[in-house]
Amino acid sequence: MLNYTLRRLLLAIPTLLLISLVIFFLVDLAPGSPASEIPLTVPPEVRMKILEALGVNEPIHVRYLLWLKQFFWVEPLNGVDAMFGTSFAEGMQRIISYQSRSPVFSIIADRIPQTLIVIGTAYVVGVLIALPIGIYSAYRQYSVFDQFGTMFAMIGFSVPTFFTGTLFIIIFAVWLGWFPTKYDTTLSVTDWDSLWKQVRQMAMPVMVLGLANAAAISRYMRSSMLENMGQDYVRTARAKGMSERTVVLKHVLRNSLIPVVTVIALGIPSIFGGAIITENLFGVNGIGSALIQAIRGNDLPMVQTLAFIFAILIVTFNLIADLIYGMLDPRIRYD
Amino acid sequence: MTDTNIGIAPPESFRAAVWSQFRKHKGAMFGLIVLALLVVFVVIGPLVWQPEKLKVAEALKSKNLGPSLRFPMGTDQLGRDQLARMMAAGKVSLAVGFIAMMIAIFLGTFVGVLAGYFKRLDGILMRLTDMFLALPLIPLLLVMVMLFRDKIARVLGPEMGAFILIVFAIGVTSWMHAARIVRGEVLALKEREYVLASRAIGASPRRVILRHILPNVVSPVMVAATLGVAEAIITESVLSFLGLGFPPDFPTWGRLLYEGLEYMQLYPERVIFPGLAISLTVLSVNYIGDGLRDALDPRIRGR
Repeated sequence: MLNYTLRRLLLAIPTLLLISLVIFFLVDLAPGSPASEIPLTVPPEVRMKILEALGVNEPIHVRYLLWLKQFFWVEPLNGVDAMFGTSFAEGMQRIISYQSRSPVFSIIADRIPQTLIVIGTAYVVGVLIALPIGIYSAYRQYSVFDQFGTMFAMIGFSVPTFFTGTLFIIIFAVWLGWFPTKYDTTLSVTDWDSLWKQVRQMAMPVMVLGLANAAAISRYMRSSMLENMGQDYVRTARAKGMSERTVVLKHVLRNSLIPVVTVIALGIPSIFGGAIITENLFGVNGIGSALIQAIRGNDLPMVQTLAFIFAILIVTFNLIADLIYGMLDPRIRYD
Repeated sequence: MTDTNIGIAPPESFRAAVWSQFRKHKGAMFGLIVLALLVVFVVIGPLVWQPEKLKVAEALKSKNLGPSLRFPMGTDQLGRDQLARMMAAGKVSLAVGFIAMMIAIFLGTFVGVLAGYFKRLDGILMRLTDMFLALPLIPLLLVMVMLFRDKIARVLGPEMGAFILIVFAIGVTSWMHAARIVRGEVLALKEREYVLASRAIGASPRRVILRHILPNVVSPVMVAATLGVAEAIITESVLSFLGLGFPPDFPTWGRLLYEGLEYMQLYPERVIFPGLAISLTVLSVNYIGDGLRDALDPRIRGR
């Protein structure tokens, strides 16, 4: 197991380097370089100085290596500094956003709590809805409930989140007026009143994303349960005279959860990608909307860094899913 | 004793068997009918429904109208007939879905066959597939559209440019699942006796692949293709929804939805119609894919 983990970790390094190369060079081709943003009235020698100060007059491979160094060395050191009050990274050049001229990572650090609160809650809600639906539809296969669950899942797959989101806004915010249309990022939870406000403004984005996730996960849960229901050990458990409840919720459910847990782990990075839409629609000021703003504003360092962070998340969670699978299922041995 | 074959019907042809199984799948039939209606709506619709040509002054007066007999889906903020725009937009949306899927399937089958058939290429190609699967696709698509939109528009014009760019970008970033499926099938197929026999009599790899392997991977590829259409339509509408898709005078359903967002509180129908069209298309395509999978699976068929 340890061997396998180490091998996978080592394999992840070239993959990530290749991805970083693709992302960096693709984004760097952008026509909206900072050079074109400087007014033409600026004299050429001043223009040269501005470009030099931004560090964009260097050849591309130098910039790529510098960016890698900043990403993997300078920024983690800055993180350590911020946490422990040390000063390892003093005087080192950080990745600077073109738009706000502040370090990219401090913007991301500002934005990430919003994303985690909304998206994280949505994922948890999605899983909590999906598991009971999946379990019960498998237990009563082909029943009315199962048919209904199948249809729910099919609709959840097919209706894109931007449409469910707009529908929710029209119905619950405009017509019924239950929830606010926009998410207020500046709201800080201090007392019961503001907590209630926070819950109300989170309700719609959480439901939209939660339902979309629940659709997929409930299908996996159902098929995994069905696979286990026909196994011999289930018949044995019933023959021993165990209650139906124990058979289903203890014996079958535990074994069925193994593949579902990996599916849940695999879904986490795509959640961040999908959150781009929801965050834009509801005005949640998270990293998804930061990415869109950066793309619209030709903020290359921001786009490169965020896209690479998404890639790291995907690779990491793929690894985690494989490892969890090996740990939970004694039949799987990676050697 | 000799009458054993009297009660047995002649074997059905493959196509008939698949069709009869497909017809049993209620969802799939529903999907097929809805998709057919949508295709009729966008292809024949514009021939039947020709909106009256309004003068500028008339258009100004008739902007932001609700649904009526004259404008069945109302008009937009510039006095344009929404029904005609829905038809035009649907044509583009469906075309994007189908063409992007074809590119993805072509690339996927190509990579999959090479990886499955030639052992030397397998490692490299599968690492490449894994890398593409680890790319954050939506951000990259957004960046690609942003980067190349103006450059391609200069060469091909804004409409054709946007169309080719988006179709190509979606196709290039969604071939991986098809490649994996095809590789798995090819790995199994190439050990079969008839392939060995064909190789033994000296058939070239090209001939073995085209003649013996490809026809046998059609079934799984067809299912992947159907689901690919749905995915491509959603991806395109996501791009349009974020304002990075097609230009406003060459709309898709996603673009119409994006334009309607601003007026959502006053004229919700402007968001609901395009959203409903996208959802119905994707839903019906997904159901067709489901039905096809069952119909093409010999373990389920005939039961």
